[in-house]
Amino acid sequence: MNIIVCIKRVPETTDADVFIDKTGKDIDKSGLVFDLNEWDSYAIEEAILLKEKSGGTVTVISMGGEDSNESLRKCLAMGADDAIRLTDPAFNGSDGYATAKILAEAIRKIPYDLILTGTQAEDDGYGQVGVTVAELLGIPHASLVTRLEVQDKKLKAHRELEGGLEEVVEIDLPALLTIQTGINEPRYVSIMGIRKVAKKEIKTLGTSDLNLKAEEVGLSGSYIRLEKIFLPPVGEGAEMLEGKPEEISSKVFDILKDKGGLA
Amino acid sequence: MKKIIALAEHRQGELRDITWEILAKGRQLAEGMGAETEVALLGKDVKKLAEALKPKANRVLLIEDDRLEAFNSETYQKVLTQLITERKPFLTLIGHTAMGMDIAPALAVQLKMPLATDCIGIDATGETFALTRQLYGGKVNAAVSFLKSGPYMITLRSGAFPVVEKEPFPGEIVSIPSPLTEEGLAKRFLQYVEAAVGEVDITQADILVSVGRGIKEAENIPLVKELADLLGGALSCSRPVVDKKWLPKDRQVGTSGKTVKPKVYIAIGISGAFQHIAGMKGAGTVIAINKDPKAPIFGVANYGIVADLFKFVPVLKEKVKGMKKS
Repeated sequence: MNIIVCIKRVPETTDADVFIDKTGKDIDKSGLVFDLNEWDSYAIEEAILLKEKSGGTVTVISMGGEDSNESLRKCLAMGADDAIRLTDPAFNGSDGYATAKILAEAIRKIPYDLILTGTQAEDDGYGQVGVTVAELLGIPHASLVTRLEVQDKKLKAHRELEGGLEEVVEIDLPALLTIQTGINEPRYVSIMGIRKVAKKEIKTLGTSDLNLKAEEVGLSGSYIRLEKIFLPPVGEGAEMLEGKPEEISSKVFDILKDKGGLA
Repeated sequence: MKKIIALAEHRQGELRDITWEILAKGRQLAEGMGAETEVALLGKDVKKLAEALKPKANRVLLIEDDRLEAFNSETYQKVLTQLITERKPFLTLIGHTAMGMDIAPALAVQLKMPLATDCIGIDATGETFALTRQLYGGKVNAAVSFLKSGPYMITLRSGAFPVVEKEPFPGEIVSIPSPLTEEGLAKRFLQYVEAAVGEVDITQADILVSVGRGIKEAENIPLVKELADLLGGALSCSRPVVDKKWLPKDRQVGTSGKTVKPKVYIAIGISGAFQHIAGMKGAGTVIAINKDPKAPIFGVANYGIVADLFKFVPVLKEKVKGMKKS
C-alpha cells in the first residue's frame, strides 16, 4: 500500500510566552522552538505502522521553506521512504483552501492508496485542509480518525465524536483520513536517527511543476485573509492566590472546605 | 429574499446544542441584513426535531430519507449541494464539530464557496463579514475577512455563540424530496461505539483533581492521584494525558470526553484549551495551578496559583494531611 502523509512544521506555543510581532499579523517566532505539528506526528506514525504491517511506501509532503526540511527529515528518520517539499514565493499567504490546492496538485503526480493528514495544525487550526484535499482529488474521506483497520480495497475507521462517542465508517480506497491525536504512540527519533537521513534527497516542487497558475495560490488563490492578530480579551479572571506555598495551601484548604464540602 | 441557511446537527435522536447556537447567531445576522433564516434538517423520521426547530427560524427545510438515519458526509454532501444550489442562501452556517469538520470543507469546494472555519466571532456590515478565529491553540485571536465575493460558508465553534431567547417565529416546515438514489456509496456508516465505562465515574465526584500536559511524565501521575485521594475526590485529566496513554479515556474532561460539574475542580498543569474548558465550565469553583501566568485556564478559574506544580502540589498535600488531622 502506498501512503502519502501531509505534514507541517509549526512553532511550539503551548508553554511559550507569545508576543505579537511588528506586522501585527503574526506572533514573534524568534525565540520559539519548532517541531512537527502534533497531529501530524500521529499521522506519520500511523502510516509507518501500516507500512510495517503490510508493506508499501510512505511519502511525506510538506509545504514550506527550507526550515521544513527538519520536520521532513524527522519523518524520514521515523521510517518514511520519500520526502517532497512544496515551495515557491507565490505560496505565501495561502489559506487552508489554497494550501489544499497546492497539496492536491502535488499528490496527483504520485500513485497512492491512502492519504493521511493531521486533523488540524497547531498554528492556524483551520481543520479543513485534509478534507479539502480529498474533495479536490475526488476521493472519499473521514476526519478525526482515532483507529483504522485496512481490509483489502477498503478500510474501517473510527471517528471521534463528542462526549466520548465514536462512529465507525467503512471507506473504499483510495481515501483520505485526517488523524486525531492519541491514535497511536509516535515513536521517538534519536539524533542518530536524524543523522542517518541527513543526506537523503528532499525533492522540491514549485508552482510551475504543479500545474498551477500563480493566481491560484498564495493570497490571490485564497478565500480568506488574516487582517491582524490580537491577544484574546481576558475574562473576569481568577483571584490570584499569592504568598508562600504553605500560606497558599491553607487558603486552598479553606476553599475546599467552604465550597467542596471537604470534611 | 436574502437567506441564511443553518445546518441542524442531531445524533441518536437528539438535536445538539450547537444547533441552537448557530440558529441564534444566524437570526442575529439575518435581522441585521434583512434576511430570512432557514434551517436544514436531514434525517430519518425526524419530524419531532423539525417541530422543535420551527420556532427558531423562518423555515425548516426537512429532508427525510432512510439513508440519512446517521450522519455520513457523502450523503449529506449530495443533499446539501442540491439544497444550497436551489435555495441560494447568501450564507451557510455549520458547526465546527465532528460533523461539521467532516462535511463543510468538501461541501464548500463542491459549491465553490469561500469557507472560514472555526470562527468564534462573526460581524456583518451589509454583505461584508468581519470574522474572529483563534491561532496557536487560543494564544492569540485573529481578525479575518473574506477575499472573494459571496455566497459564503462559515463554521462556528461550539460554545462560542450564546443562545439568546427571542420571540419565536411562527415558522413552517417545508418537506423537500431527498435527491439520494440507490447509487452505491464510497463511505458507509457502520455503527456507533459508546465510550468504555471505567472504574470511576468522574461526573459524580464533588471534588475533581484534574491533571494536564504539565505533569510531563506518566511516573508523575501518582503525585496528583494522591492529592485526589486525600481530598476524597476523583482524578480526571485533559486530552494530552489520554493521548499519551497516561490515564484512560474515561478520565478525560472536555468536548471529546466528559462534561463535569463538581463542586470544586482543581486544574493542575492544564493550560485550558477551549475543548477542555467546554467540559468543566459548569464546576462550582475552579482552582487552577499553572506555571504560565497567561494560561487561558486563569480566565475561567475562580482562584489562580502561579506555581511549579512539582513544588506546590507536595506542599498542598502535606497541608491537607495536617489540616485533616487537626
